[in-house]
Amino acid sequence: MAAEPLSGADIVIKALVDQGVDVVFGYPGGAVLPIYDSLFKQNSLRHILVRHEQGAVHAAEGYARSTGRVGVVLVTSGPGATNAVTGLTDALMDSVPVVCLTGQVPTHLIGNDAFQEADTTGITRPCTKHNYLVKDVRELARMLHEAFYVAKSGRPGPVVVDLPKDVLFAPGPYTPPEEVRHKSYRPQLRPDPVRISQAVEMIARAKRPLFYGGGGLINSGPEACARFAELVRLTDAPCTLTLMGLGALPASDPHFLGMVGMHGTYEANLAMHGCDLMVAVGSRFDDRVTGRLNAFSPGSKKIHIDIDPSSINKNVRVDLPIIGDVGEALSAILAEGAASLHCADSAARSEWWRAIDKWRARDCLRYDRGRRDLIKPQYAIERLYEFTRDRDVYITTEVGQHQMWAAQFFKFDEPNRWMTSGGLGTMGYGLPAAMGVQIAHPEALVIDIAGEASVLMNIQEMSTIAQYRLPVKVFILNNQYMGMVRQWQELLHGGRYSESYTAALPDFVKLADAFGAVGRRVEDPAKLDDAIREMLDTHSAFILDVAVDPAENCFPMIPSGAAHNEMLLGPEDEAEKPVSEEGMVLV
Amino acid sequence: MVEIERHTIAVLVDNEPGVLARVIGLFSGRGYNIESLTVAEVDRANGLSRITIVTTGTPMIIEQIKAQLSRLVPVHKIRDLTDEGPFVEREMALIKIAGKGDARIESLRLADIFRARVVDSTTESFVFEMTGSSEKLNAFINLMEPLGLVEISRTGAVAISRGAASF
Ligand SMILES: Cc1cc2nc3c(=O)[nH]c(=O)nc-3n(C[C@H](O)[C@H](O)[C@H](O)COP(=O)(O)OP(=O)(O)OC[C@H]3O[C@@H](n4cnc5c(N)ncnc54)[C@H](O)[C@@H]3O)c2cc1C
Ligand SMILES: Cc1ncc(C[n+]2csc(CCOP(=O)(O)OP(=O)(O)O)c2C)c(N)n1
Ligand SMILES: [Mg+2]
Repeated sequence: MAAEPLSGADIVIKALVDQGVDVVFGYPGGAVLPIYDSLFKQNSLRHILVRHEQGAVHAAEGYARSTGRVGVVLVTSGPGATNAVTGLTDALMDSVPVVCLTGQVPTHLIGNDAFQEADTTGITRPCTKHNYLVKDVRELARMLHEAFYVAKSGRPGPVVVDLPKDVLFAPGPYTPPEEVRHKSYRPQLRPDPVRISQAVEMIARAKRPLFYGGGGLINSGPEACARFAELVRLTDAPCTLTLMGLGALPASDPHFLGMVGMHGTYEANLAMHGCDLMVAVGSRFDDRVTGRLNAFSPGSKKIHIDIDPSSINKNVRVDLPIIGDVGEALSAILAEGAASLHCADSAARSEWWRAIDKWRARDCLRYDRGRRDLIKPQYAIERLYEFTRDRDVYITTEVGQHQMWAAQFFKFDEPNRWMTSGGLGTMGYGLPAAMGVQIAHPEALVIDIAGEASVLMNIQEMSTIAQYRLPVKVFILNNQYMGMVRQWQELLHGGRYSESYTAALPDFVKLADAFGAVGRRVEDPAKLDDAIREMLDTHSAFILDVAVDPAENCFPMIPSGAAHNEMLLGPEDEAEKPVSEEGMVLV
Repeated sequence: MVEIERHTIAVLVDNEPGVLARVIGLFSGRGYNIESLTVAEVDRANGLSRITIVTTGTPMIIEQIKAQLSRLVPVHKIRDLTDEGPFVEREMALIKIAGKGDARIESLRLADIFRARVVDSTTESFVFEMTGSSEKLNAFINLMEPLGLVEISRTGAVAISRGAASF
């Protein structure tokens, strides 16, 4: 087949279209002008002009995480590429499929410290799943298709394709995606059947099983989440989820114990400590989850289903690793165990549930509901949830206490509804991510649950939101502090609040106005409901600045270096259980 | 105390730009040790290079190293030679001795015992070439130390499994 010669830039556009891309988040500059010229001449791709390249990557992450598709970013060379680095690292840590096209100086100038030159493949090598420098237009189409394949296959992640400007001008052949096959990269999807049988046997025999589901379930997709819920119900076992896994099992399911980990529930963490079988499904034993490793779930056998062999035995030794896609593994377990899994020892199971119910009765998320003068942040989220629970709602967050309260108090009954920066903990993620989610779901209600400090880190994206008339809602829990930092200073540094108070915060109402959005501030708990109602009834972008108790801390909390059964349940515990010296050095 | 083990790992990779940087970046970024690393193309037709890495770590770290290496996109295969049965490991060194008189004679005598070859000589220097296990090279170098040793260049280890089985 003699392909018509296209310019490199046209090849880029054609490859994106053939990959099913409908939206690109980007920002122009000299090195990518040929691509912008090709964009100008076509109608299949929509370009969303962000206000900062970091915003473009987070928007692509929000788009990807809420749809299960690859998010696409286009930025220029040098500063365009370096600005994207935080977003790329975020996507790597949270396994989000993103393809980021970066402009580059022409090949003959590479290495010359040319204008706006940066060693983009060098800089992004450790913060991408893979990257390419296209030196020959004949390689361009293949590398672009490979980039999509790599980004979404196996454990998803960000892929950078660096495009020297001369390559974008050069005429070259186009290769369609069907004709591109990666030389070596073939992640294992099918689990080993022998291990599946062993897993069924272990689950059937367990007296105190616990499912520990994670972001891998979301990565695998709604089908895998449905299989997961089926297995949890079939075995009548309790289930906890990580921050990244919320929504994989409906929060309303009685088997759900809430989130696990540092700010997880008492019942989830004690169940993890006391179970005799832990089934980790697409979760990676992160330090926020395990607490002190030598005290982590000491009496359990562990099954770990993960697509990435490097997640297995990284932090915690497991007894039965199963490498493969969680969806496939869960289907195989269900097929093989249909008969044996539900006839487990029912007396033991009831005893396990009795223990759990006792932990649940501690009501670990309780807070002082009696305050009439101050809005408690937990209360604000509870109200937001009540008003939106029956709507088509997507939640993003920034990073800090508000993020943890959102995870604790907002209930997700479906996957892909919860977008948060877990692994990197990137302040400034939530607003651009909400933008990306809203682009993907124009009719849906999209809310960024924000902290007043974090939201300022990418506040310029309000301008993008204005340009595309996106009805994104920003729900700021304004405690005037970098609350999470303040909490650690209270617990670990004798209450010396060094630089964690933000003086001279902007007037968020005026700020909203300046960006063409509606802004309101609410300070009185009695007026909160009305304010939320007004926000939801407003069809444009909206910032609701909720003044909340500046002194509130996020509990429960397992301090760094502590074990699951050494949790702080509230302010009364802080004094009794001081943080250990080994804990101090941890983050 | 968990025991620190020494492993020789062979990695077959696409011979593409940046692949060595990926491997080295993985080791430095994750704090793994490299005792030695060698690389060269071994299959021109398929564009494959072979990297031999000698590393040390606890069994859990060694397992991570292998998992992390296999996860690099241009990596085709990896083999832990230390785990997978008998293998041959060899290293080459070029060793320069400068000086005159008895020490010079003695260095020549020892080189003979160690089967090192003289690849360059002047009236006041020798360059010895020696191939063998890294331990043997170390032993020879130690003996040369007092005899006018001035410079060493070593390749790092290359290794291959014994028997008919191939990668
Ligand atoms: C302020 C703050 C506080 C935090 N506190 C907590 C906390 O209390 N509790 C908590 O849980 N987290 C907390 N986190 C988040 C934490 O840092 C980690 O991001 C999170 O625990 C990791 O979630 P995960 O184990 O589900 O793994 P992810 O990062 O979602 O990784 C997914 C895993 O699944 C695998 N996978 C991907 N796709 C598939 C597939 N198709 N099939 C099989 N496997 C697949 C991947 O290889 C990987 O191992 C906090 C973060 C911040 C910023
Ligand atoms: C980019 C970035 N810088 C610094 C931090 C460290 N950090 C974590 S939470 C936090 C404070 C966040 O404050 P705010 O957004 O007001 O949220 P709050 O904790 O008050 O709810 C800081 C500074 C971070 N996570 N990300
Ligand atoms: Mg704050």
